[in-house]
Amino acid sequence: MDDLSLSQPLTAAADLATGELRLSQARRGDRGVIGAVGSGVAASPGGLDAQELERRLLELGFVEGATIEVIHEGAIGRDPIAVRLDDMRVALRRRDAVDIVIRLESSAAGPDAR
Amino acid sequence: MSIASARIALVGNPNSGKTALFNALTGSHQKVANYAGVTVERKEGTITTASGRTVSVLDLPGTYSLRARSPDEAVTRDAILGQLKGETPPDVVVCVADATNLRLVLRLILELRQVGRPMVLALNMFDIAQRQGLRIDLEGLSRDIGAPIVTTVATRKRGIEDLVAQIEAKVEALAATGALEAPNTWHEPSPAEIRQAHAEAQRTMKAHVRPAERPDTLTGKIDGVLLHPVAGLAILLALLFVMFQAVFAWAGPLMDGIEGGMGALGGLVATVLPDGLLQSLIVDGLIAGVGSVLVFLPQILILFLFIILLEDFGYMARAAFLMDRIMGGAGLHGRAFIPLLSSFACAIPGVMATRVIDSRRDRLTTIMVAPLMTCSARIPVYTLIIAAFIPNQTVWGFASLQGLVMFGLYVAGITSALAISFIARRLFWRGQVEPFLMELPTYKTPDPKSVLRNLWQRAAIFMNRAGRIILPLMVLIWVLSTFPYPPEGATGPDIDYSFAGQLGHLLHPLFAPIGFNWQMTVALIPGMAAREVAVGALGTVYAVANAEEQVGTLAGALSADWSLAMGLAFLTWYVFAPQCAPTLAVVKRETNSWLWPSVMFAYMITLAYLAAMAVYHGAVALGWG
Repeated sequence: MDDLSLSQPLTAAADLATGELRLSQARRGDRGVIGAVGSGVAASPGGLDAQELERRLLELGFVEGATIEVIHEGAIGRDPIAVRLDDMRVALRRRDAVDIVIRLESSAAGPDAR
Repeated sequence: MSIASARIALVGNPNSGKTALFNALTGSHQKVANYAGVTVERKEGTITTASGRTVSVLDLPGTYSLRARSPDEAVTRDAILGQLKGETPPDVVVCVADATNLRLVLRLILELRQVGRPMVLALNMFDIAQRQGLRIDLEGLSRDIGAPIVTTVATRKRGIEDLVAQIEAKVEALAATGALEAPNTWHEPSPAEIRQAHAEAQRTMKAHVRPAERPDTLTGKIDGVLLHPVAGLAILLALLFVMFQAVFAWAGPLMDGIEGGMGALGGLVATVLPDGLLQSLIVDGLIAGVGSVLVFLPQILILFLFIILLEDFGYMARAAFLMDRIMGGAGLHGRAFIPLLSSFACAIPGVMATRVIDSRRDRLTTIMVAPLMTCSARIPVYTLIIAAFIPNQTVWGFASLQGLVMFGLYVAGITSALAISFIARRLFWRGQVEPFLMELPTYKTPDPKSVLRNLWQRAAIFMNRAGRIILPLMVLIWVLSTFPYPPEGATGPDIDYSFAGQLGHLLHPLFAPIGFNWQMTVALIPGMAAREVAVGALGTVYAVANAEEQVGTLAGALSADWSLAMGLAFLTWYVFAPQCAPTLAVVKRETNSWLWPSVMFAYMITLAYLAAMAVYHGAVALGWG
């Protein structure tokens, strides 16, 4: 159960700055601030078009500047995940979280932790 | 213009306590129906203001945005915009907000402002906000959003009078001017506009709301256990186990009572009315028909009670989270879990419960596989055939063989449902995956009164829906199995000469390849009304009076007449066959089309036929013919 089932190839991480992470790759305990939503990598393959997913994420409060922390991971493939988003808790699948980029808090787990 | 009566609509985010507020406002003056042409629940009630004005209150489905994503949310949007067919637009919109979770509703309020209807904001669950030490500058907030604010605690009926007074003030202002507060400028917001609105909501929050000094930590603690990858799943399984025990064990005595009562009533009527057609219609058609609906009520009430309690507590979203990956593997949405669970009692409430699924595709898939879950109407059939053909012996030192076969039939139902939805997803709706995005609400203690009210409403809907379909069907099937009368000097059972019997004989060549004799084929026809009716029908064709009570006698007759292979084929047929016309009728109603019940009938009957054939010939090859 150690491998993350990622719907997005790791190449997507290349255009992220250090300390940034896609929510789809975040692990329990990772926290920070949302840096970008709908960054245009792609909507989950075969899913809604990117803009529709972006709007739904925004409507549920995934907006730039919101604080976010991964608080739970599902039993199988660590999917779906539950996050604390400002004052709410939201569950979502990793494949729908690809387009959410979080800026990790400096004290939180960095890339070396995974 | 003068308004003697006015209309208001409640709108708000999901989990804002909107329905609790609706209950507090309207009390018992409410009725539940459907919106014209769509299967979205319409809850309307009335209040009488201090000045004697009657106000009708519409409880709209919860939403995060007027940009609708599901049929429920489309109703909310259209009702607010005044575009809903057959509905008068509301005079005043009451926005209901969870005072402890204001961020998203502030954005919704910005959308509501664009619509331009008079609005009142009800800050609900205000007691919790106070307990958490959340400070809200009500005046400033009211100024910013341009609407009066009333603080409420719906579950304790606090603030209700204030709210009604504010509503009335708005209604009077509207009557005085006769115009909306502003022209409607609402349009679907673009991502940029949503961001902008968020920023504005954020500014409002910062200006008027001081964060909680003692934020809720209980929900986090409970989630630590209930969403734990191992403990969480174990608890879910344990809950399911208790639920099943309750549905099947607790309901038993009640169901026996209802059956006994209806039987006694039938007997009483039979002694009063002279023998003949009228007696037969009333006793065998109507009373037996009502009984066949009523008998499921205890199970459905217990099932609904569990579901409502878990929903109100906030657990159902967690169950969907825990099950999402497992269901998702089969191409189902995590939320399909609840409808499929209900289908273990009866597919009808299961199909009705699919309304919680936003996406049409996900909903249709769930509806299509719901009847494969082993509903309780199959149990009498399974029990009979198992008693007749499966020896009562112990295997592996502890397990009862009969129990194992029963368990196997349940597993066959579940696995076939998952397989069918997997195939449907792969073949027809390839690549279409709806996102799974769901708020996990704060845990709350369910309010007993609202639980009971909800239970009553759902039971009434079930009885209404099922009764309207099953009763006429029972009468139809009574006609089919009564007419024409047997000729003089007939030796076989009466049903043999009826339309049902003739149809059975006519269809028999079709069923011969799967091992059915004509008696089995005849029993399938009344079994279309409800699966368990087949037991009584088999009793009739094998001339065993009171077959339901005399299972032993009937089982003896069956095991003497059928081979093991035939018994197994019949069992297999019942796992898959669409032997339930009411379910098909409910699917027609819920999907608003004949296409889906036809698809359901076609695939289930094909599956049943092929599976029964395979089992029959396999068993014959094993020497069980």
